[in-house]
Amino acid sequence: MIKRKATIGLVTVALVGSMLAGCSQNNAENNPTTNTEGTEQTGKGPSGEITVLTQRTDIVDTVFKGYATEFNKKYPDVKVNFQALSDYEGQITVRMNSDDYGDVLLVPTSIPLADTPEFFEPLGDLAEMSKEYIGLEERAVDGKAYGIPIAVNFSGVLYNKKVFNDAGVTKAPRTTDEFLTALKAIKDKGNAIPLYTNYADSWPLTQWEAVLTTVAGNVDYVNVEQPNTDENFVPGKPHYELYKVMYDAAKQGLIEKDPTTTNWEASKADMANGKIGAMVLGSWAIGQVSALAPNKDDIAYMPFPTNASEIIMPLADDYTLGINKNSDNKEAARAWIDWFVKESGYSVEQAGGMSPVVGAPLPETLKQFEGTDVKFELQSPAKAGQEGWVDKIDKDAEIGLWQPEFKKRIIEAAIGNLDESFDDIMKDLNEDWVSSRAKVVGK
Amino acid sequence: MFKNLNYKMQRRIIIFAFSLIPVTLLFTFAYLPVINMFKYSFTDWNGYSKSYDYVGFENYKTIFTDSKYFSVFKVSLYYFVGSFVQMGLALYFATILSTSVRFKNFFKGVMFFPYLLNGVAIGFIFLFFFRPDGTLDTLLQSVGLGAYTQGWLLNPHIINISLAGASLWRYMGFNFIIFLGAISSIGKDVYEAAEIDGANRWHQFRHIILPSIKSIVQLNLILAISGAISAFDIPYIMTGGSNGSNTFVIQTVTTAFKYNKLGLASAMAVVLLFIVVIVTLLQRLFIKEEK
Repeated sequence: MIKRKATIGLVTVALVGSMLAGCSQNNAENNPTTNTEGTEQTGKGPSGEITVLTQRTDIVDTVFKGYATEFNKKYPDVKVNFQALSDYEGQITVRMNSDDYGDVLLVPTSIPLADTPEFFEPLGDLAEMSKEYIGLEERAVDGKAYGIPIAVNFSGVLYNKKVFNDAGVTKAPRTTDEFLTALKAIKDKGNAIPLYTNYADSWPLTQWEAVLTTVAGNVDYVNVEQPNTDENFVPGKPHYELYKVMYDAAKQGLIEKDPTTTNWEASKADMANGKIGAMVLGSWAIGQVSALAPNKDDIAYMPFPTNASEIIMPLADDYTLGINKNSDNKEAARAWIDWFVKESGYSVEQAGGMSPVVGAPLPETLKQFEGTDVKFELQSPAKAGQEGWVDKIDKDAEIGLWQPEFKKRIIEAAIGNLDESFDDIMKDLNEDWVSSRAKVVGK
Repeated sequence: MFKNLNYKMQRRIIIFAFSLIPVTLLFTFAYLPVINMFKYSFTDWNGYSKSYDYVGFENYKTIFTDSKYFSVFKVSLYYFVGSFVQMGLALYFATILSTSVRFKNFFKGVMFFPYLLNGVAIGFIFLFFFRPDGTLDTLLQSVGLGAYTQGWLLNPHIINISLAGASLWRYMGFNFIIFLGAISSIGKDVYEAAEIDGANRWHQFRHIILPSIKSIVQLNLILAISGAISAFDIPYIMTGGSNGSNTFVIQTVTTAFKYNKLGLASAMAVVLLFIVVIVTLLQRLFIKEEK
């Protein structure tokens, strides 16, 4: 979910472009058939002016400008403006209190599923659209889809193959024990930090939550089983096992020496240069790290170690694109979304993930897993009537499954800064979970 | 058209016309949001939904019954103690630089400079300053105190002292410049008279400077204490409130924007407002009694 959040500390507002009222709206068919380059389509395709909001402050003036040019070859009557927000989640929720939040925007993850129709235009029937795109379930309410993912990411462990090889670990560890043994071997070798947590930047810690499905070995756990259990953080359950790896690694000194002064940008370069063994990050990070590596083949990706019988590398939506309910040019906005997802190549080239279009080829980084027992699967959506429960319980309990707070607590406890044990923390979290679950489910 | 009006009427119209714009701005951007904040504090609003429910005093009950919200105030004690050190230093330097010292203006500039820096920049400067083998450790090693290097932000017993130190560095210049202004308004003849009577520098400070700037000391004290209670920028940028450096304001921000409990966070802000008001009142009371 998190892209380029490295600059988040600097709350600089980068508002690019200007908001202008839309022009007239043409009544035309939704998806004009493909046409040759440069042909005038006046009167046929959608027209008007749309504002597209993006989180990519880094490429809004370069790559996105190119997208607009390409898009205009097909839809010459649509003028596309971009606005990039540096702290996307923080700024967009405030802006959504007004009607003025662009025409096409990324659906903020903090907006609960049930509230989506208040702000966004339905894009079509879920069943119908599922033939075309995957990953729509995350933003579907009552059988209607409200967002199309800009990319589909997979989650696991990014590691430096050379560091692992030098320490005598030639095969990617499969189980948690193997993983810890491998980290220890790297530590004994002494040339690299085995596992870098990025504690100080803190958002990288939230990436651990994404591999929960791998630890559970079951695509149903996150959305189907979790909201129906009072035993979420107890020994033997995925959350306990997942964060036990974090705790054990920190406890055994397999993480950075001083977690409080880590630096995200530096960590990418350190990993590329073999000073860091592994980091738990989403697939989007692969491109960013390997771009810095002297030998690109050193940077590899593996599923999170698991004791489950199946290895599932979970696929999850990046941000999804939706249309502002108050937009004046919904048709043009829709044309942009379809074009952006299908034809811009953003999902693979810029997001480092997979294309959400059904039947799209696997990206290079995943080719290595073809023919292995690693499965790529989307998490199953919540049962009808239970949509958004996990999020509601989580927010109410202030556990913060997707926030860094309790991960930091685990590391602090492991390095001896807190008097709590791992079991104390888990017990505490589980108590919060149970009492908030009773509140949410009881409603 | 104003010719027919008498002077009093003209005066009123002018006062009204001139204050209309600032009062409107003040009301729109200062009072209205605060009034809304009070309103939100009685709701369960999540920050973006179109609707919310009124929950009465539920939010306040949560704040005062759940220890997690109030325990963070003990971190403020570090900043509180730090603010006294800060005032002492500021007063000391202001007194020295009010006499004729060489390079006086240069030193004034040096003292005030940190206050002009951006808080984010200061956060990053001190992040590098405190990191292992960073500036502070290198400095200690070069003067042979290498054995005293610490995990300045790593050790939970030291982290708040480190952060309060950074805070002190940043805000001392502000206290300093106010003290300096107050001290320089004292007439020269008073010092001359005191010197003739045989008063030394300490006597002058104790019996001339301090009584003359008493109200300014008071003002600085109020600012320093309310600053300590609402410490935010330095710890937020440097540690994000982790490792036991969480302050009440960071807690509020977390509640509002990470857990989407804007109602509860508004209630926390209201509580903070009242605490600052109460502390200020208490302080005024005590200082009056001394008279």
